[in-house]
Amino acid sequence: MPTDPWLAHIVSKFESEILADWIQHQLAADTLRRDLMSEAELVEQSRAFLGLLREAVQKGNLADTTGPEWTPVREMLACVSRARAKQGFTASETATFVFSLKQPLFARLRGEVGTDVDALGDAVWRTTVLLDKLGLYTAESYQKGREEVIARQQQEMMELSTPVVKLWEGILALPLIGTLDSARTQIVMENLLERIVETGASIAIIDITGVPTVDTLVAQHLLKTVAAARLMGADCIISGIRPQIAQTIVHLGVELTNVITKATLADAFTVALERTGATIAPRSGHV
Amino acid sequence: MAVVKHETREIRSAEDIVLVRQAVRAWAIELGFRLVDQTKLVTAASELARNIVDYGGGGTVVIEALNDAERRGLRLRFEDHGPGIEDVDTALRDGYTTGGGLGLGLGGARRLVNEFEIVSAPGRGTRVTITRWR
Repeated sequence: MPTDPWLAHIVSKFESEILADWIQHQLAADTLRRDLMSEAELVEQSRAFLGLLREAVQKGNLADTTGPEWTPVREMLACVSRARAKQGFTASETATFVFSLKQPLFARLRGEVGTDVDALGDAVWRTTVLLDKLGLYTAESYQKGREEVIARQQQEMMELSTPVVKLWEGILALPLIGTLDSARTQIVMENLLERIVETGASIAIIDITGVPTVDTLVAQHLLKTVAAARLMGADCIISGIRPQIAQTIVHLGVELTNVITKATLADAFTVALERTGATIAPRSGHV
Repeated sequence: MAVVKHETREIRSAEDIVLVRQAVRAWAIELGFRLVDQTKLVTAASELARNIVDYGGGGTVVIEALNDAERRGLRLRFEDHGPGIEDVDTALRDGYTTGGGLGLGLGGARRLVNEFEIVSAPGRGTRVTITRWR
């Protein structure tokens, strides 16, 4: 399929007018997100896209936007879409960037092609097919951008969930947060055991304040960790056992009798300090 | 007794267990259950959903909000078409497991709710229905 003479003609002849119309159109649209993006940025993106589109239309094949002459256009759209995905735009808002160019282009085509209805219909059709393809490409890139965001967040959560902190000489704490029945629990627990070896800690406090549900699998993970730590010469204290969790554990029939448990991390820390021979006392003069 | 509202969820993976827990918690809160009862229901649901994933080869849960003359309740029906349980009484016994767990899930779930019914036969799948009243 050859280039469309009319489209190539109008984007060359009226580039600045089309750009002005298009920007005006975008600024007036409901989908404009001034909260996410500045007007200057929008103008710059529009100008760059229209310039690349002109170059591609002049030498390119309108029916196939996957060819090398369209590479700069595709790269630019991919870049814009990913940026917008990260900025918090919706998929429609992002694709509308391309679709909103239709109106200014059609208006110019109408003005230039004149009264030849067949030629006008033809030119409009080719233009609309082209912009639909580019708009869909934008949506796909947007989706890829979102997937990257999700993948990054998952990675961040994995890291967030495994801090073993040193509270005092010989005392470690593992504040657990979230779901505890997944594969990562194993990693968390192994981290704790490794840190016990590294630091030579004699007491580890496992705090489950941030764990919403303690069922038999979670209990089993906890008991195994306590047993493994004990084999390595360290005692574990499980803290953060809220009243509803305590009642549920009793009904489940899980035996925690061989484990020291405390309601709060502070209680557990006090016990741990006593065990290691340290105490906390108010300074003289303070009550 | 009337079913006011119901919802069916698929249970296939560990992620689905998390989603079932969240759904049950949301329903329990909506029905005005106290925190302790919410926790008991969610924990029982967690046990039964995990049994479906570990032993039942996937299945479904139907969550139903119940209303009768003087009380409201939440009923959960867990169903799979897995191998089924040969001896239900043994499976309910504390400490009995075929999978390396604590062997407390099924019996524990029974103790966490007001009504508990299990129907299972080898090759016929398993259906566990639990109800907790407010």
